[in-house]
Amino acid sequence: MERVPILKIGDILLVSIQLDMSDQTAVALQEDLAERIVATGCHGVIIDITALDIVDSFVGRMLSTIASISKVLDAETVVVGMRPAVAITLVELGLSLNGIRTALNVERGMELIAAAHADELDYQLDDDPDAETARP
Amino acid sequence: MALSTEESGRLAALLSGQDERVTTRWTEIVTSSLRGRLSQAELRRQVQDLHRAIITTGEQGTIDLSAESAGELRAALSELSRGRARQGFSATETTVSIFALKDVLAELVQETGGPNALQDFVAFSKLVDEMGLFTFESFVRTRESLIADQAEQLLELSTPVVKLWEGVVAVPLVGTLDSARAQVVMERLLQTLVDTSSPYAIIDITGVPAVDTQVAQHILKTVVAARLMGADCIISGIRPQIAQTIVALGIEFGDIATKASLADALRHVLRLNGVETARRQPRRDA
Amino acid sequence: MTAGIDLGQPQAQSVRSDEDVVRVRQLVRAVAVAVKLSLVDQTKVVTAASELARNTLVYGGGGSVEVTVVDNGRRKGVQIVFADSGPGIADLDLAMTDGYTSGGGLGLGLSGSRRLVDEFQIETSTETGTRITVTKWSR
Repeated sequence: MERVPILKIGDILLVSIQLDMSDQTAVALQEDLAERIVATGCHGVIIDITALDIVDSFVGRMLSTIASISKVLDAETVVVGMRPAVAITLVELGLSLNGIRTALNVERGMELIAAAHADELDYQLDDDPDAETARP
Repeated sequence: MALSTEESGRLAALLSGQDERVTTRWTEIVTSSLRGRLSQAELRRQVQDLHRAIITTGEQGTIDLSAESAGELRAALSELSRGRARQGFSATETTVSIFALKDVLAELVQETGGPNALQDFVAFSKLVDEMGLFTFESFVRTRESLIADQAEQLLELSTPVVKLWEGVVAVPLVGTLDSARAQVVMERLLQTLVDTSSPYAIIDITGVPAVDTQVAQHILKTVVAARLMGADCIISGIRPQIAQTIVALGIEFGDIATKASLADALRHVLRLNGVETARRQPRRDA
Repeated sequence: MTAGIDLGQPQAQSVRSDEDVVRVRQLVRAVAVAVKLSLVDQTKVVTAASELARNTLVYGGGGSVEVTVVDNGRRKGVQIVFADSGPGIADLDLAMTDGYTSGGGLGLGLSGSRRLVDEFQIETSTETGTRITVTKWSR
């Protein structure tokens, strides 16, 4: 069985799906990613599906599951590069990919993760304005 | 309607016997009818092709336009009519190239005379008529496919997707939207989002006189598809009648942003992007 | 494998494993390209084939897929038959409902694929299994 490679770039895990995945490969990717998120402590996952010419309900469900799992592990998942024909087909199929954030390409996906991460830092500072001074 | 073997043989002999004269005369008649819109040389080549095709077919035995053996002749006729249709000639100007052969044959038969002259001429005429009809039909077929192509090009032309701002594209829809056109527009819009890497699209329907359920569905599906791809759509320019239709049809626009005008829509997008409120960090989680 | 397809003949592919589902997708795509479906229509029919082939594998216990080029005089199309000799579908109306699943999926396989194709026929019985025929026409 083929496996999808997972790359680490800074604080982000990048998965670029380049092959027509069998269901087993998709499930394996789900498991591999969960392990890598924990092992690396990354806060962002980008799944690039530019090369996928179809996304069926199985792959759709895998994407949703990855997003949920990574959320539990404190990482933001962004799916990028969905082709127009794939998006139109998914709408017709009735698959809404709830809970998944999407972006047009890897670059925009990285911006999205950076923005989400910056927000989180803001909140932390807002919640605890004296964090720095209170520290011994 | 086919020519008998003897008639075919005589026709072939008649045409090949004086081939230079036949083609010259034939070309002359055609040239005068087309008033110089095609060059003499080109016409001559076409006439020679036809001439040769008739002779080859005739020498093989009976000339029957619908038979296997007349393949070359049919090909020559369709090529001629296709060419004429593309160059914008009328049906008359096209078929006259074939009917001119009748005049040529009349002259030839008159000269040679003989006991079968009249009978032969009637038979040859029938063949020429048949060739004329065939040419006319293939002329019409070519025109139809030309019209279909043009309709498609018009569809493409009538759906421009324009870049309004860095990261913002718009489709100003004008005219009646049928299902086919709505689909083309939407596919192009989504492709443009990818090509220009624009996270915002404005669909402006100011120029659309009416919207039916199907078209509204198409627009809604496009908005959802754009979201799946990571882009947001804003719909602007909804006329009062259309708003009434949308509500009456029970179509849910849900949380899709709608704005009164294209300008409002652009302002909305720019604000989301933090262009006007420069103090804030750009946030793209809207 | 896509190069040497004889479109005059129905193309058969057995469905016994995950990899076979991938092969079905590739086969359907090759035929859809050959009959000149638009890109969106190719994507729709391949997606439908993927859903239905997976159903054949998961619910029908495996079976076979046959892809044929059809021609109604005006247009060409792709016809795909999914056949299995599994337990059949007990309540067809229920199975065709969005969101219903008996096997832990999303419940979009049957209902969703029907929306992706132009023609959809289903014959099912508890003795002979299930046979689904779908057709997508070029525009």
